[in-house]
Amino acid sequence: MNKMLEITGAGIEFNTPKGSFRALRDVNLKIQQGEFVSLIGHSGCGKSTVLNIVAGLLQATEGGVVLNGKEVNEPGPERAVVFQNHSLLPWLSAYENVELAVKQVFKGKKSKAEMKEWIEHNLGLVHMTHAMHKRPDEISGGMKQRVGIARALAMEPYVLLMDEPFGALDALTRAHLQDSLMEIQKDLNNTVIMITHDVDEAVLLSDRIVMMTNGPAATIGEILDVNLERPRNRLELADDPAYNHYRAAVLSFLYEKQKKVDSTTSSAPQANATKKPEPVAAPAIEPAQEPEKKIA
Amino acid sequence: MTIALSNMPWLETVVKIAKGENVGQNIQIILKTLGLPLAGILVFLMIWHAAASNINTSLGQFPGPADVVTQSKNLMNEHVTEREKAEAFYERQEKRNADRVAKDPDYVPKIRPYTGKPTYVDQIGTSLVTVLSGFFLASLIAVPLGIVIGLSSNLYSAFNPIIQIFKPVSPLAWLPLVTMVVSALYVTDDPMVPKSFVTSMITVMLCCLWPTVINTAVGVASISQDLKNVSQVLRLSYMTHVIKIVLPSSVPMMFTGLRLSLSIAWMVLIAAEMLAQNPGLGKFVWDEFQNGSSDSLGRIMVAVITIGLIGFLLDRIMLMIQRYVSWDKSATLR
Ligand SMILES: Nc1ncnc2c1ncn2[C@@H]1O[C@H](COP(=O)(O)OP(=O)(O)OP(=O)(O)O)[C@@H](O)[C@H]1O
Ligand SMILES: [Mg+2]
Repeated sequence: MNKMLEITGAGIEFNTPKGSFRALRDVNLKIQQGEFVSLIGHSGCGKSTVLNIVAGLLQATEGGVVLNGKEVNEPGPERAVVFQNHSLLPWLSAYENVELAVKQVFKGKKSKAEMKEWIEHNLGLVHMTHAMHKRPDEISGGMKQRVGIARALAMEPYVLLMDEPFGALDALTRAHLQDSLMEIQKDLNNTVIMITHDVDEAVLLSDRIVMMTNGPAATIGEILDVNLERPRNRLELADDPAYNHYRAAVLSFLYEKQKKVDSTTSSAPQANATKKPEPVAAPAIEPAQEPEKKIA
Repeated sequence: MTIALSNMPWLETVVKIAKGENVGQNIQIILKTLGLPLAGILVFLMIWHAAASNINTSLGQFPGPADVVTQSKNLMNEHVTEREKAEAFYERQEKRNADRVAKDPDYVPKIRPYTGKPTYVDQIGTSLVTVLSGFFLASLIAVPLGIVIGLSSNLYSAFNPIIQIFKPVSPLAWLPLVTMVVSALYVTDDPMVPKSFVTSMITVMLCCLWPTVINTAVGVASISQDLKNVSQVLRLSYMTHVIKIVLPSSVPMMFTGLRLSLSIAWMVLIAAEMLAQNPGLGKFVWDEFQNGSSDSLGRIMVAVITIGLIGFLLDRIMLMIQRYVSWDKSATLR
């Protein structure tokens, strides 16, 4: 049997105080083992909802998700989630946050020493070794996001679900983490579904870009195959005509075909009122460094 | 040490002055943090003194600050004398027993306890033991109950009316019921603790249960959805979920409830002891009132101040425990 993730005819209707609200309809997607898929679309269209259905945190009203031949109807560690806002437990250190996940997944499979090594290995992957005994309120936003990623990776999931993992980061940290993510994914060959608002990020990282129409009743508008050689180098790609072609395709989908109607006239309730504006222009891309800004 | 210092900001400042840091500014800080409260107390004492000399009761003049000082000294002296008597009593008894054993080796010495009347210090001790037992028992029930209720909105809806109805019930209403139930159920020939103690303790427990239940439940119910999602993705078991996620995140609300409960417990205790005749501060006040000597009002006033001070101290201790167990040391606790 081919290992893959299938979303078939998934739709969801929320019960709100103002009556039912259809967020998604007829979402169909097949993702092969090891594939990197980006979900892109305007704010509030339903990207997080799709991810949460795959994670099992939300139940689809109709249709559903099948992973490796088994239907998904509850959350589980084989579908690890990197949450939109890191969601670390504030009373545990970075190490302990990862430890909680590792203990849960590898109970009885790894010895204590092996677990310790594994936790440290994963924190190392995201370059957090130096601060692993600090608590979330003692590290910067980028570092928290990295711990969140380490926690998800440490669960050795079939599928890694990432909800705007780099959304709140500055361009430098983001570039650095994108590079690490590409390396890690190449080594581990996980299936990845990543939500992003950033067109460059989508083209750089993905094998396929899934573009969603505007809500309500959002669905998949177009799917773009990105056939760029791996490993990909952001500096070389900047002048690559193919890369720019993909970029233009996504931009044209978002800003011509799915031009965002003024949100004040839109009837869709906004889940996230404090949303940053869509990045229209590509952020300046600079050589990867590791800026360690501490939150004052 | 740091905890003690942060409780007394002026002490910290004294340390700074001793080190020669910003002497002028720090003296100002001391005047403010230490001087103002002292001035407040002084003004209060003056008003009290003036008011007291104008109130005449059938038991003589209302006690002023000076009477209170005299009576506290008297109470301490009585305590010391009583302790000396007790010691003398045990010494005599020991000697007598030793003599009898010397004469007759088969004799098994009996030790009879001293049965003098409890002193003021004994009564404070009794009150503290009673209130802490009642509070402990209440917490033992209230915290788990609050967690279970907070975790399930159905249970919360089911329990909420009961909680809301019992919450405002006065200890005086519970007491007769508790007394009768304790008399009926607590029947042994050789009771480990007196009935009056059990009655007071249970009354305290019934009255101070509710704030902890409610606040714990609210704290548990308001855990962020993000953390619940993490717990679900990790498939944490119910117990792990409670220990790793629910407890730490509801500690602040839980302690808000526990501190409310303890202060209610202390207030309720005095009333309960008066009626149940548990030999603590409440009984002391009642006995002095019945006694009706010219010293009585002064002695009751000593009790009033003692009750206030102990209540304050208990709250501070709870605050220190909260500081110790709370993960969020930066949160301001007051
Ligand atoms: N629990 C819910 N109850 C009611 N409506 C909801 C709920 N969750 C999401 N929605 C609605 O569903 C739509 C999609 O929300 P979703 O969070 O998936 O958007 P998104 O694409 O992730 O947006 P963003 O990019 O801003 O994160 C929104 O209109 C939102 O208001
Ligand atoms: Mg979202």
